[in-house]
Amino acid sequence: MTEIPSPLPGTFYQRPEPDAAPYKSKGDDVAVGEVIGLIEVMKTFIEVKAESAGTFESYLAENAAPVQAGAALARLA
Amino acid sequence: MAIRRLFIANRGEIAMRIIRAARVLGIETVQAYSEADHEMSAVREADAAVCIGPAPASQSYLDISAVIEAARSAGANAVHPGYGFLAENAAFAEAVVAAGMVFVGPEARTIERMGDKVAAREAARAAGVPIVPGSDGRLDDVAAAVEAAREIGYPVMLKAAAGGGGRGIRIAANEDELRRLAPQARAEAQAAFGDGGLYLEKAIERPRHIEVQIMGDGTSAIHCFERECSVQRRRQKVWEEAGAPGLSQVSRAAMCDAAVRLAEAVGYRGAGTVEFLYDEAGDAFYFIEMNTRIQVEHTVTEMITGLDLVVMMIEIAGGALLPLTQKQVVRDGHAIEVRICAEDPLLQFAPFPGTVSGLSWPEGEGVRVDHFLYEGYTVPPFYDSLLGKLVVHAADRATAIERMAQALRGCRIEGLRTTIPLHLALAADPALRSGKVHTGWLETWLADGGLKAAAQGETL
Repeated sequence: MTEIPSPLPGTFYQRPEPDAAPYKSKGDDVAVGEVIGLIEVMKTFIEVKAESAGTFESYLAENAAPVQAGAALARLA
Repeated sequence: MAIRRLFIANRGEIAMRIIRAARVLGIETVQAYSEADHEMSAVREADAAVCIGPAPASQSYLDISAVIEAARSAGANAVHPGYGFLAENAAFAEAVVAAGMVFVGPEARTIERMGDKVAAREAARAAGVPIVPGSDGRLDDVAAAVEAAREIGYPVMLKAAAGGGGRGIRIAANEDELRRLAPQARAEAQAAFGDGGLYLEKAIERPRHIEVQIMGDGTSAIHCFERECSVQRRRQKVWEEAGAPGLSQVSRAAMCDAAVRLAEAVGYRGAGTVEFLYDEAGDAFYFIEMNTRIQVEHTVTEMITGLDLVVMMIEIAGGALLPLTQKQVVRDGHAIEVRICAEDPLLQFAPFPGTVSGLSWPEGEGVRVDHFLYEGYTVPPFYDSLLGKLVVHAADRATAIERMAQALRGCRIEGLRTTIPLHLALAADPALRSGKVHTGWLETWLADGGLKAAAQGETL
């Protein structure tokens, strides 16, 4: 099990756009460097990338939720 | 209606600015804040504060019913919207009035009219304010384009009538180029939009952004001279001045008079800004848009005129007429403002929220700082990166730039990365010092490594 932490404080988004599907769903393969979400910080969007490979388990932070730096955003199996 | 208790529907440095103005007038203040902003300095400074919702602006500072409800329950009889958020939202202005309170700004219908590009352009044209010359309608063949370009004058910009997003745009310097480029532009427009109709507009190369501060009471309006805001990055102003360097007296007067004409034509009430593109080569200016609010850079105008624009707009909202005539607005010297943002200019301006671990600001003659920081304050990541504005005033522009450089060296903001290194580099830059800037200048300067060169120079 690996958790992906938020690199910065901000607002977390599971999807690239409000109407789009989430970046990842349960069972998806995740490669190193792959984008799993966005953090909006001071009106700028920053991609959250996986630092290790694995199988996507679930998001741990709600879509559009405020998060602290280091907060767990998603879990890989 | 006399304003006795003012609700501040904004945050950050402008909230602090509004509280200061309300104090001058003996008006009580109620500060709105989101759950992420309860430690904000304006919450501490105001007479009262009300939480209006969760951190996301859409659920707090942009939530019209939450703001109205909070203002009413706090016993406010007026609302100041600041800038950004709901400041230019006609529905909000209307809702404030419908709730029996005063909106500190123009009437809702003025906000609506000037917020609509086509209606604003029409209002400007009707008031005799120059607009960017263009073909009156769509052009369906090359001959019509050539005819229109003769009227407008070269260079001209070809745009797809049905388009947007820059597709199909071509610039033609003369008739030969137009005859060659128009068919290409038509084909591209046809392919992109299924419509080969073109629109033609005068191309203004290396335009400057010059704007005029106006103040109106619904009947009469005055101007408070112009500001130069050409130093921009991603359409965000970075460094602003009053007045515009090298602008002739004749052009300045024409621009200021045009702004007053437009303000009076629309019955403008409160503080507003008329923005122009200035074509230095042709010594001509063209209306872009009107901002129906107080602006971030109002400070430089205050420094050269000695006026308190925020006090004035509150008094006018409370029913006062303009407190002075045009002749009483006198300019003195030169002022510069820089926006200090929580961004790292050496890392592509990456945002840098965090906790202020140490803080001191410069002081002295002709130095003003509008900000909302204190030691131990954690700048939240949810909003704009603007931390404060450093403003200087001096007898002339060269002295003002020197004073700005010195004041910047006196700023100490620990725990955050800020845009101060960018401003220091700008203050030392020969092109900026000579006033030879235009709206595309800063981005080119950054792309050419202007900042990195300056940073290396500092360490050598």
